[in-house]
Amino acid sequence: MGLLSKKDAKLITDPLTDNNPITIQVLGICSALAITAELKASIVMSISVLFVLGLGNVVISLMRNIIPSKIRIIVQLIVVATLVIIVDLVLKAFAYELSKTLSVFVGLIITNCIIMGRFEAFALGNGPWKSFLDGIGNALGYGVILIIVGFFRELLGSGTLLGFPVLGDPIGSPETGPTGLYGLGYENNGFMLLSPMALIVVGIIIWVQRSRNKALIEEN
Amino acid sequence: MSKRTDSNSYTMIFAVGMVLIVGALLAFLASSLKPNIDENKRIEKQQNILYAMGVNENDESSATFVSTTVAGDEFKKYIKKQLIIEGTNTFEDNQAYLIDVKKEKSKAKEGGVRRLPLFVGEKDGKTFYVAPIRGKGLWDAIWGYVAMDENMVVQGAYFDHKGETPGLGANIKQRYFMDDFIGEHLLDASGNFKGITVAKGNNDAINSDKEDHEVDAIAGATITGDGVSAMIKSDLRLYVSYFKTLKK
Repeated sequence: MGLLSKKDAKLITDPLTDNNPITIQVLGICSALAITAELKASIVMSISVLFVLGLGNVVISLMRNIIPSKIRIIVQLIVVATLVIIVDLVLKAFAYELSKTLSVFVGLIITNCIIMGRFEAFALGNGPWKSFLDGIGNALGYGVILIIVGFFRELLGSGTLLGFPVLGDPIGSPETGPTGLYGLGYENNGFMLLSPMALIVVGIIIWVQRSRNKALIEEN
Repeated sequence: MSKRTDSNSYTMIFAVGMVLIVGALLAFLASSLKPNIDENKRIEKQQNILYAMGVNENDESSATFVSTTVAGDEFKKYIKKQLIIEGTNTFEDNQAYLIDVKKEKSKAKEGGVRRLPLFVGEKDGKTFYVAPIRGKGLWDAIWGYVAMDENMVVQGAYFDHKGETPGLGANIKQRYFMDDFIGEHLLDASGNFKGITVAKGNNDAINSDKEDHEVDAIAGATITGDGVSAMIKSDLRLYVSYFKTLKK
């Protein structure tokens, strides 16, 4: 990262590893379990959050000296809601197909606690460039976990990745019967499609991460 | 710095100012983009109706509409008649596809007479009757268009949703689910309306039995599937009397 100073680079790399918003701060769990049943939705959500968090952090950071502290949470909420609605309207008018794919995510983005959390914890106290990097870093950290969870849930739950049947065809044609792994008696685990499994997958990620870096384990 | 932003009057002025600016901005955007958005929705309705009767650009697995640029012309070409059924009256109206099913449903709830749009299309010498349906999924509205022949045997279906769970309920708009409906009978052998149920455990995943009034459900999407069954039952039932008149 030659372009960024060491400190700035840390803003991006930290949330990817030792200060991950999902596995360490345990924020954004609600959307992590809502939309990770398939990989494509995870990717779309990650990109949307990247956009909103990067831009939102900059806007809040620019306004940080004029926002009255008594109503700052509501102001943050209005900023993120306005951003999301503007994007939604513009997409509806000029990229209708895309907007239909994204419409599900609009509500989830506005209520995503990572976004409010970063506004509150970082953008209110730092300049726009740093806030932008922090937003991008956290969104990437969030996205990585989302994509990992989405990968395993879609692979084990539906036997597909991005909609492609990678494990063979569970039904197959009447003549040949199931193909691929299914021919050997493998079955999809329907439980992976239900939300609780998202939490369990996140739990496993947290376990792996903390066993590799003991410093992350809290006392007691 | 003692914060001037802490005073009550500043907070009030800031709040009012922010609401005014944001409100004006959003109102301006919404009203200036409205014509574009309405046009997109109009074209989408035409695409949906055409999709249900099999006029689409599907390849092997994905569901693809005819492109937006030709939707208007294709709609004129394939849809021969647009009917509105109002009580016992039936009349033609070439704007019938713009009828808002949601409004008509709430009108009926308040005791009014619901206007039922029905689109009569012709393709390859076959006549299709396409009807819109609308209901509730798990999170929000779901709707669709069902194309039938004169015996109320489904010839094609298109479903869509506002906010069902991606990967689960949202899959009602996937080909593997919608195509299961093709060939299913809405009437039972004696001609009574029975509908089609999205059923768990009907042991017919490839849907070879077309007269069981059941299609295979999507795992993890029980409530959305029940919503599909319910909207088919409640909305298509209303068309039965029209189809009876076709037999005479």
